[in-house]
Amino acid sequence: MSNQNQTEKRAIDLVNASLKKRYAKERRFRHVGQAAVIMGLLFVSFLFISIIGNGYTAFEHTFVRLNIEFSEQEIDPEGKRDPQALSTANYAGLVKAAMRAEFPDVKARKDKRALYKLISSGASLALREMVLANPEIIGTKKEVWLVADDDIDMLIKGHIDRNVPESDRRVSDKVIGWVEQFESKGAVEKQFNTTFFTNGDSREPELAGIGGAVMGSLYMLLVTLALSFPIGVAAAVYLEEFAPQNRWTDLIEVNINNLAAVPSIVFGLLGLAMFINFFGLPRSAPLVGGLVLTLMTLPTIIIASRAALKSVPPSIREAALGIGASKMQMVFNHVLPLAMPGMLTGTIIGMAQALGESAPLLMIGMVAFIVDIPGGPFDPATVLPVQVYLWADSPERAFVERTSAAIMVLLGFLFIMNFLAIILRRRFERRW
Amino acid sequence: MSIKRTVLAAALAVAATSATAASRDYISVVGSSTVYPFATVVAETFGKTTQFKTPKIESTGSGGGLKLFCSGVGVEHPDITNASRRIKKSEVEKCASNGVNDIIEVKVGYDGIVMANAKNAPLFKISRKDIFLVLAKDVPNPKAAGKTMPNPYMTWKDVNSSLPNTRIEVLGPPPTSGTRDAFVELGMEGGCKKIDWIKAMKKTDKKAYKKLCHTIREDGHFIEAGENDNLIVQKLEANPAALGIFGFSFLDQNTDKVKGSEVDGVEPAFEAIADGSYPVSRPLFFYVKKAHIGKVPGIKEYLAEFTAEKAWGDEGYLTDKGLIPMPAAERKSFADAVKTMKNLEM
Repeated sequence: MSNQNQTEKRAIDLVNASLKKRYAKERRFRHVGQAAVIMGLLFVSFLFISIIGNGYTAFEHTFVRLNIEFSEQEIDPEGKRDPQALSTANYAGLVKAAMRAEFPDVKARKDKRALYKLISSGASLALREMVLANPEIIGTKKEVWLVADDDIDMLIKGHIDRNVPESDRRVSDKVIGWVEQFESKGAVEKQFNTTFFTNGDSREPELAGIGGAVMGSLYMLLVTLALSFPIGVAAAVYLEEFAPQNRWTDLIEVNINNLAAVPSIVFGLLGLAMFINFFGLPRSAPLVGGLVLTLMTLPTIIIASRAALKSVPPSIREAALGIGASKMQMVFNHVLPLAMPGMLTGTIIGMAQALGESAPLLMIGMVAFIVDIPGGPFDPATVLPVQVYLWADSPERAFVERTSAAIMVLLGFLFIMNFLAIILRRRFERRW
Repeated sequence: MSIKRTVLAAALAVAATSATAASRDYISVVGSSTVYPFATVVAETFGKTTQFKTPKIESTGSGGGLKLFCSGVGVEHPDITNASRRIKKSEVEKCASNGVNDIIEVKVGYDGIVMANAKNAPLFKISRKDIFLVLAKDVPNPKAAGKTMPNPYMTWKDVNSSLPNTRIEVLGPPPTSGTRDAFVELGMEGGCKKIDWIKAMKKTDKKAYKKLCHTIREDGHFIEAGENDNLIVQKLEANPAALGIFGFSFLDQNTDKVKGSEVDGVEPAFEAIADGSYPVSRPLFFYVKKAHIGKVPGIKEYLAEFTAEKAWGDEGYLTDKGLIPMPAAERKSFADAVKTMKNLEM
């Protein structure tokens, strides 16, 4: 009895003695876990702060108000209002004339050149559009807000410091003097930068936009979605519901899992060899990009779809078969609708992955300078991540903020897609 | 049933459009990332001022561009390739073996490669020999003539007593970059040749000479900073002790952040590179496939735009983007070669 008493005592002693230590261990583990989460959050917030801090200014651009005289002599000396003549008129001349009128004492040729450079070369296009839309304004004088050159924009936004010595900045004292003259008249203003969303790429930062890249991404994702969703779901349904369990299906399953881990550039090489060199599809086309990304996202979609099918309880299948449904009816009328939310979630995540991909597109020629906005999946196009990459490599300082702004737009799309996936899961997923 | 029909229709549509894709209505340009900023400006102006579509310009690197260019004749192959070095004999032969026989060579202008440091750091005045001694993996042993030793130099002062006593730290592009190739060839080899016995070695043992002059040290004093020159500028700003290697156009855009070191007593300025007195500068080229002229619309007009004085001239719009123009006589000879469509001569 005493012996038993002793062992009881010893057990509780052991527990008591180690209790403190075990609690401390748990606390330490919790702290480490919290520290890891905080660290991750810190990095993410640092990334967001730096991108947003760099990029938010790109959504505004500096405009300069000029008194433009739409002189009939310059635009339409014959007075016929022929659209062809109107569209080829010298609109840059109108801007130059307005600048000369604004600063009558600038005489030297070199100074005049510098003066004209205050206004972007895109201003003449804006004037042309105004005249073509409304030929009535020819012969009148009108105040127009015109896009400023990127250097002036950087100056107004404070990215070029006015206080450093003249030799150390891109904008001379003289130009700053002109800008200040405009400023004192209230003729300089920051307005919302619509060009950034509507234009294609340009080498003039003030005219560069993500419109072309967004359309390219859209066509590419449409091709990817149209191919990878049906193929992925069909493959998953066959493998999960119909395929016999043998060595071949095991082999296929292992290979699908392996494919999901293959670096994406490999798919680009495959696309180059197969779609462009063998099938002769055009280089740089969203169609080829979509095909390559289909190959890349298929494993993701198949794996997610199979998981969704697996999570449908066998009782549903058995009940359907029990009341006399064929296997095909069972799958398509009972299992598939229940598995669909999970499949769609997998597809959306695959699409988000495809949207952010740039490495495989390098091989198939989508890392390119393309000004015209693509009108279909066969036109040469580039996509958002590639546009980010190209701008990040440009020497002009104004591209720094545009790079960050393009990243913000890309992140915005990714957010929306992931959010959609979450909503789908929450709304439609059923748990058993 | 209806689904089947739409699928069939879609397949037919794809087949039909890929058949029409056999002709191309825009110019396809590939090649060097150094020429890319200039070619894109010309392409954009060309697209805006003519009835033709804006050419598509891919940035594939000089070697990659020439490989694509030489792969054959036909609309699926590019019409023009940009290069930050001259085409090699082996590439001309490869071109010829694929039926690309007639090539027009156009020199665009020059690009300077600068070594720069932060604005608030001391100005470096270095010679090409210093560049070699600072960056080479093996350097001549001062105690034993004609022998080399692993690079022992830790500070700039070790190399040249007039340089500051700071640790050698140089940020530069990786080996895949054309800027790196040109820097190694012009800067390092240029300095390497200044040492007599190495120069003599060029004749006797070219392989060993190349290895000695072209190999950059790997002991942490030279840091590969990636292809992105903007990144190097940012890193220099943050670390005043470091020097960076990049193209002149990035120096031109960032004069408030970094300053270029004098090489052999010459400051890397626009005029000095244009007249050839700044030693580390290289020519830029593009090559045109003659067989495509007339097949793809606009090539002739694109060439005319590129070789016009308003583009590549002394005050042309390309100089605003950092291109260093050729002397007037050289410009004229290349413009004439374009007009007469003179074939490339090696």
